[in-house]
Amino acid sequence: MTDDQKELRTLTYRDAIREAIHEAMQKDARVFLMGEDVGRYGGCFAVSKRLLEAFGPERIRDTPLSESGFVGAGIGAALGGMRPIVEIMTVNFSLLAAVQIINNAAVYLYMSGGQFNVPIVIRMATGGGRQLAAQHSRSLEGWYAHIPGIKVVSPATLEDARGMLWTALQDPDPVLIFENAGLYNMEGTLAGDAGAVDIDKAHVQRAGKDITIITYSANLYKSLEAAEILAKQGIDAEVIDLRTLRPLDDQTFLASVAKTHRALIVDEGWRSGSISAEISARIMEGAFYELDLPVERLCSVEAPMPYAKHMEDAVLPQVDKIVALVRKMVGANG
Amino acid sequence: MTTNTKGTKQAGEVDRRHALHLLKSMLRIRRLEERCAELYSAMKIRGFLHLYDGQEAVAVGVLEALTKDDAIVATYREHGHALMRGIPASAILAEMYGKQEGCSRGRGGSMHLFDEKTRFYGGNAIVRGGLPLAVGLALADKMQQKNRVSCCFFGEGAVAEGEFHESMNLAALWQLPVLFVCENNLYAMGTALKYSESVMDLTSKVMSYDVSSAAVDGMDVLAVEIAAKSAVEAIRSQGKPFFLECRTYRFRAHSMYDPELYRTKSEVEEWKGRGPIKTFIEKMKGQGTLSDADIETIEGDVAREINEAVAFAEACTWEPIEDVARFVYSERRMP
Repeated sequence: MTDDQKELRTLTYRDAIREAIHEAMQKDARVFLMGEDVGRYGGCFAVSKRLLEAFGPERIRDTPLSESGFVGAGIGAALGGMRPIVEIMTVNFSLLAAVQIINNAAVYLYMSGGQFNVPIVIRMATGGGRQLAAQHSRSLEGWYAHIPGIKVVSPATLEDARGMLWTALQDPDPVLIFENAGLYNMEGTLAGDAGAVDIDKAHVQRAGKDITIITYSANLYKSLEAAEILAKQGIDAEVIDLRTLRPLDDQTFLASVAKTHRALIVDEGWRSGSISAEISARIMEGAFYELDLPVERLCSVEAPMPYAKHMEDAVLPQVDKIVALVRKMVGANG
Repeated sequence: MTTNTKGTKQAGEVDRRHALHLLKSMLRIRRLEERCAELYSAMKIRGFLHLYDGQEAVAVGVLEALTKDDAIVATYREHGHALMRGIPASAILAEMYGKQEGCSRGRGGSMHLFDEKTRFYGGNAIVRGGLPLAVGLALADKMQQKNRVSCCFFGEGAVAEGEFHESMNLAALWQLPVLFVCENNLYAMGTALKYSESVMDLTSKVMSYDVSSAAVDGMDVLAVEIAAKSAVEAIRSQGKPFFLECRTYRFRAHSMYDPELYRTKSEVEEWKGRGPIKTFIEKMKGQGTLSDADIETIEGDVAREINEAVAFAEACTWEPIEDVARFVYSERRMP
């Protein structure tokens, strides 16, 4: 290994994903990218910018606005020996393809008695916070995580943005990658030789002893920011990035709760019937006697996303709300 | 008129060996379906059961046009297609019994027959659910420079679904070798075509996507075979999709739960008079190609096959319940 490969370099979350796609396309001729505006436009979020020039229109394949059609075609191509990366512009439009994801991709292996696995990777942007109102701000990754037969990952860090794709492509089964659109511009450093990472373990992003904050994706940063504020106030929070919502690595957060005896879940999804509800249930099942007080959840307000900035801010989990909730939980408010 | 390699030169002209083969094929399906209905009543088969009686000429004729390398995507009324593709009646019946020796391990049942060896991709019980899959299979073939056809069967009810149109557009836009076979049996469950389509000529739907098409009498196995072979030839030579509408009729109810309130007995009887097996036998006997003795021999062979298949299914075993979560995810890594 040369020093160049080890050297840290600065790039964005968007660049990291683009690099991952580029590398996968170079390493495996079966890999191709398809979706709306991935080619000539360069990707709605510019993730696939300039990939068309590098790989041509067969492998960087623009599609019509036919989510169900091209996701289904991706499933068929996967069945036919290819390794498609299908980009759905945002999770909101994935609802048009839900029948293909849930009724085909997720069940073909099982329904065929183990004969037909579907090695497809479906990427999509998710999340709110950009004043895009109700139809463009959903966080439905937890809702997809309800479905057996698919895997659901949500990279928060540059390492994961860079490394989860290749691992997902090696997976014999459908993997959905949720990229919070608010992260695309996030800049950071990454090792020159950054590569594939696992997609089945949660990571402790900040070690602490007083409370476990369980979160993922963009809310990781709100949680870490809150943890820094709390640290100055003498409260030591452990912050866990779930990374993967299905299968859920409950061992990591159960071990943490056994240490801190308090758990707060921060999730941009709604709380009813949600991944936060699932995590809470698992803690109840697996660490009930470790808890000093009930699990708390900070989720989005159960309303469609409003447009006005102050209203949208009020809907989403925020740093000050995390701080206040943690303080209440550890009894710091008296 | 297209000449093919297997004996059907044009409608009505067929050599004896091929006539025997076609008749036997249709009878295998018919007798299997009849037995399925009995086994359903006997509660050996459960769940939804959609029988194919009346439409046999479509599966038989179209499958004659495909090679073993081609892929098939079918619907929940797919016993006939599976049988014609080469899945043994024993594995099909075992599947409907829910036994682990079934072609989908007892996981799918009547609506979800699968077979990797013969590239039989189901057994899809979401109306139109298989169309994009066939498009994708064809895309994979094209990208891998494999000269194969992906054949997708679906009913006319699927034409009203958005994915039908998305699939036609994608297949034409990307010039993919897909044979779309629409089995127009006039009723989507109980809703007649005239109550669901503003334009009832289905081939006109695909013209706007620049997909070549033909409509054929789906009750005439020779006509279907010729039309399918010609369609497949066009697909292979031009690398473009083809839409084949087979005008047919199902003799039985939509499923075993259907009281058939939406059509008259006389209509059903009228179509039975045009039944694919009945008319083929009449034609072949009239021409002196087949005799009563031939038919008797075939019936004997088919009865034996179905009896053996039932005996096999009866003797098959139940998957242990500990395995209920097997194959939610793969047990092997991919190459």
